[in-house]
Amino acid sequence: MSDGFAASRRRLLRAAIAGTGVGLLSGCDALSGSARFVDLLGMAEPLSQRVQRALTGNRLAAEYPESMISPLFRPNGSIDPQTPEYLALKADGFRDYRLQVAGLVERPLEFSLDALRMLPTRTQVTRHDCVEGWSVIGKWSGVPLAHLLDLARLRPGARHVVFHCFDDLSGDGSRYYESVDLVDACHPQTIVAHSLNGSPVPVANGAPVRVRIERKLGYKQPKYVRLIEVVDSYGGFGAVHGGYWEDQGYDWYGGI
Amino acid sequence: MSSASSSTVAPVLAPAAAMPASGMRFEWRTVLRHRLPLRVMHWINLLCMLVLVGSGLQIFNAHPALYWGQASNFDAPVFATNAAPGPDGKTRGVTTVGSHRFDTTGVLGVSARADGMRVKRGFPEWATIPGPRSLALGRRWHFFFAWLWVVNGACYLSWSLASRHLSRDLAMQSRDWRAIPASIVEHLRFRHPVGDEATRYNPLQKLAYLAVIFVLAPLALLTGLSMSPQMDGVLGGWLQLVGGRQSARAIHFVVMSLFVLFTLVHVLMVVYAGPINEMRSMISGRFRVRYPRTGNGGSDE
Repeated sequence: MSDGFAASRRRLLRAAIAGTGVGLLSGCDALSGSARFVDLLGMAEPLSQRVQRALTGNRLAAEYPESMISPLFRPNGSIDPQTPEYLALKADGFRDYRLQVAGLVERPLEFSLDALRMLPTRTQVTRHDCVEGWSVIGKWSGVPLAHLLDLARLRPGARHVVFHCFDDLSGDGSRYYESVDLVDACHPQTIVAHSLNGSPVPVANGAPVRVRIERKLGYKQPKYVRLIEVVDSYGGFGAVHGGYWEDQGYDWYGGI
Repeated sequence: MSSASSSTVAPVLAPAAAMPASGMRFEWRTVLRHRLPLRVMHWINLLCMLVLVGSGLQIFNAHPALYWGQASNFDAPVFATNAAPGPDGKTRGVTTVGSHRFDTTGVLGVSARADGMRVKRGFPEWATIPGPRSLALGRRWHFFFAWLWVVNGACYLSWSLASRHLSRDLAMQSRDWRAIPASIVEHLRFRHPVGDEATRYNPLQKLAYLAVIFVLAPLALLTGLSMSPQMDGVLGGWLQLVGGRQSARAIHFVVMSLFVLFTLVHVLMVVYAGPINEMRSMISGRFRVRYPRTGNGGSDE
């Protein structure tokens, strides 16, 4: 008994020395391992979203002259999806591709690439900011998502838009997905882009369509989009955090 | 030593330096150096700065290169920490600043993990929060403590204005400007002020604090916020002014480096001025000051 007591005292002492001696940084590592503390840190996220949105309203992200377009639109994440359904579509140049709009809408819709190109188009030269810190500038053309949602007519209770993609970034059989609320979905610069720098979107950048949500970081702008699903809550997908990277601990706001 | 007060204090300094052992010419008095709100905000600020630097370096490590302009010119970073094979085939840490290359193996580019394994990393594990690579966690730490730092800074500014700390203690007076050359000499001679002089900030100290509060801190906040694509709508003009989003990121990094430099010098000055007395003045507020004896202080000679 007393041995156990002495051992636990020694452990306590050692822990105390480790806690104070090794210092702040290892303390931060220990705290980073605590789910409750990480949740506490996450309280800054809704604060950032609320304040930044209040400051910016519905303003547009910066647009640039074509002379500033980057020589290469650096791809990241999935750059060549290998899922069977994607390979099949890619094999015939996405002729059989259909973009679906479904969920809490009066009229579920399907668009071929040609049909998408016939719809009203917005072209914007914008800066793409990766969460890693780098930026590139590219010219995107596509259909404003607000227009597609208008065509499909939102049903009462619609709050979020979930984008389901063809790529399996983790390689575990799941599919990339993302979600935004209606504020970002209906922002004028939020487009379902079918063209980059005047050409069809390359595979590395999200062929056949990539959603551009210009006031978000890159991970919030899904590539290889298959289905746009209107929902009341994004909590029913993946690991319930609203997106592939959110499920790995990244913030859902993704605006800074 | 300011010229205005030199007539009263300077004559005492010289004998003190000549006869350090006497002690009879001085008496120690304990004064309230820093008021409670200031002390609390000072330590909150230190905690925030430590976490912001550590988590900021973690974020930097996700793409350890800085550029100038709106977008990244990947072939021409202004600063980068990379790993490249050395002549012996082993991976070396290579840091580039403009067109200059430095071997920084062990610290920048390539460093040892806690388990001893050498890995490619911008900044080493001991400098980042958390230590192991995690951009997601680094961002959480950074934005939480950024908010705490901003709120604390706003409280500090309001309190400093309301309590006149800013106008009385920090603002440069005309005599401060005149006293700059003398203060430089004082610093170079490692001379300590005595009496009331020791309870005031010297002109160089004031300039350093004012630069941190009114130049570095707003720059850190603005360059940080303007990296947000959401904030583009209102900070786009500011971004153009500083050269673009990647320039803002580079400036953010330089400002961080200046904060670290300030902190190192600040701690050095505390150690030099008497670490126990200085630390006590920022913890309990009490500060011991050497005053020249009044009256027949020198009669014992």
